[in-house]
Amino acid sequence: MSKKIHIRLANHRVNSSVAVYSRVPKIFTPGEIITPQNEFMRGHGTYEEDGNLKSSVAGVREQVNNLISIRPLKSRYNGEVGDVVVGRITEVQQKRWKIDTNSRLDSVLLLSSVNLPGGELRRRSVEDEHMMRQYLQEGDLISAEVQSVYSDGSLSLHTRSLKYGKLGQGVLLKVFPSLVKRSKTHFHNLPVGASVILGNNGFIWICPTIVNSEDSVGGFIQNLEEVIPRQQRETIARLRNCILSLTQSKMLVFDTSILYAYEESLKYEICELLQPEAMVDVALLTQQRLCMLEE
Amino acid sequence: MALCEAEKTFVLHGVEENFRIDGREREDYRPMELETSIVSHAFGSARLRLANTDVLVAVKIEVDIPFPEKPNEGKIEFFVDCSANATPDFEGRGGEDLAIELSNSLSTAYQSSRAFDLSKLCILKGRKCWKIYVDILLLECGGNLFDAVSLAVKAALWNAQLPLVKSVHVDGNNIEMDVSEELYDCQKLDIKNAPVMVTVCKIGDYCIVDPNQAEEKCSVGSIVVAVSGDRLSTVLQTGAGSLHPTTLVESMKLGHTVGQRLNQALWEALQQIPEDQDVGFLK
Repeated sequence: MSKKIHIRLANHRVNSSVAVYSRVPKIFTPGEIITPQNEFMRGHGTYEEDGNLKSSVAGVREQVNNLISIRPLKSRYNGEVGDVVVGRITEVQQKRWKIDTNSRLDSVLLLSSVNLPGGELRRRSVEDEHMMRQYLQEGDLISAEVQSVYSDGSLSLHTRSLKYGKLGQGVLLKVFPSLVKRSKTHFHNLPVGASVILGNNGFIWICPTIVNSEDSVGGFIQNLEEVIPRQQRETIARLRNCILSLTQSKMLVFDTSILYAYEESLKYEICELLQPEAMVDVALLTQQRLCMLEE
Repeated sequence: MALCEAEKTFVLHGVEENFRIDGREREDYRPMELETSIVSHAFGSARLRLANTDVLVAVKIEVDIPFPEKPNEGKIEFFVDCSANATPDFEGRGGEDLAIELSNSLSTAYQSSRAFDLSKLCILKGRKCWKIYVDILLLECGGNLFDAVSLAVKAALWNAQLPLVKSVHVDGNNIEMDVSEELYDCQKLDIKNAPVMVTVCKIGDYCIVDPNQAEEKCSVGSIVVAVSGDRLSTVLQTGAGSLHPTTLVESMKLGHTVGQRLNQALWEALQQIPEDQDVGFLK
């Protein structure tokens, strides 16, 4: 029953880097000269000094025609229209909810941009305004899509689709937004028996497989009575630890990498995956399989 | 951090199932990382990282006058600083209550002479003693602060080096101390029995150790048990909620056994530390 408690020393720390050295892009540090300024335009993450274009953040260079910008490796989430995000309600206001989406400012979900129970094209009445806290209250998690970006950078969200809405039982993980790979779909029903929502904002939601999403009415119902069986719990916990292993080694998170990591992790017990050695091993094996896939 | 009802239900059912959200059992700890002597201007220091909880402890030593009621005992004082980098809640005076709670619990845990022998810190009875300042800085909060802080304090005290006093001369009211001039001529503190705290968190009908932040939010009440050697030195309750007497006894037993394991693990880690190491994030 009683398991060993692991206290390791810092000089026995494992190097978590699994980068393939031939492909590491040049990383600019703040103050580093990108190029002598002549015909280039300065984009985000850059500034001009002494006739040179310099980087103001640590990140990789991105160039579109004459516009040079530096994309930071670690930052808060900068939303774009169409992104799938996972967020947590922080405040209920008049006709709107405030939502923490890991961006610099809280995002907004307007009452008019949610699907309310009882038909999609229903007029919002005063009763609906009074019922807002019944639909979503502080602390609740939702999945949503970015509808528009305001001029100050804050986001307006919408849940006008049956796939978005309130999230039920499951685990939330927070990773760097830059580690979530952009893809066509961010909702995955993994064959191992769990669903993941890879929010572009770095919030990842893992939950038991959603059987049929058709009969959900706007997604404001949570089943708190249901007990998730042990087997599904194990899958969810393993997925959680696998995604953490990937992000510890700064690998991109998408459906294939998660599945590969899951398969490679099967030789370990689930709680062994909290050990740094096991985490690096899983990340390394996943990296190798991804490289083989590319070739 | 707020949690929604469904997440709480998930955590609760997991604890009932003896399978927590990260795959641990109820009595499992997350792996930790320990570093000692990382603050060069302190007498001893340690940094402990337990998942996302990060604690830095520095020990400083001064010469002081003993309390009149305890003439042959030294002094030890704890000070906790909650950095606003750890969580935005600590901004301004936000972390003050937690800091006071932590330092009070540490000083009660270290009060007993069986836990930490203060009489070794006496230089001259009633006139001179060593006073140990233990400064604790919380760098990041990821749950289970008490355990992490007590482990880091113990490691920092283990690391601390007390200057060696060769002789003391009394000349009327003046007292002169002759401290060894050799840089490495120091004595170590005896911390074999120094207390280690274990937070036992009650979630639903079961008790768990080493709660993470989500689990702390779900708990109805928790007690902190300070274990020194094979004895309990302090028991205190944190947060709201009350415990049934039988639960209290059970969780104290659990804390006691886990505390001894924790102590053993820390001791083994401290023995591995080489004499002259040169690592640390501040060097």
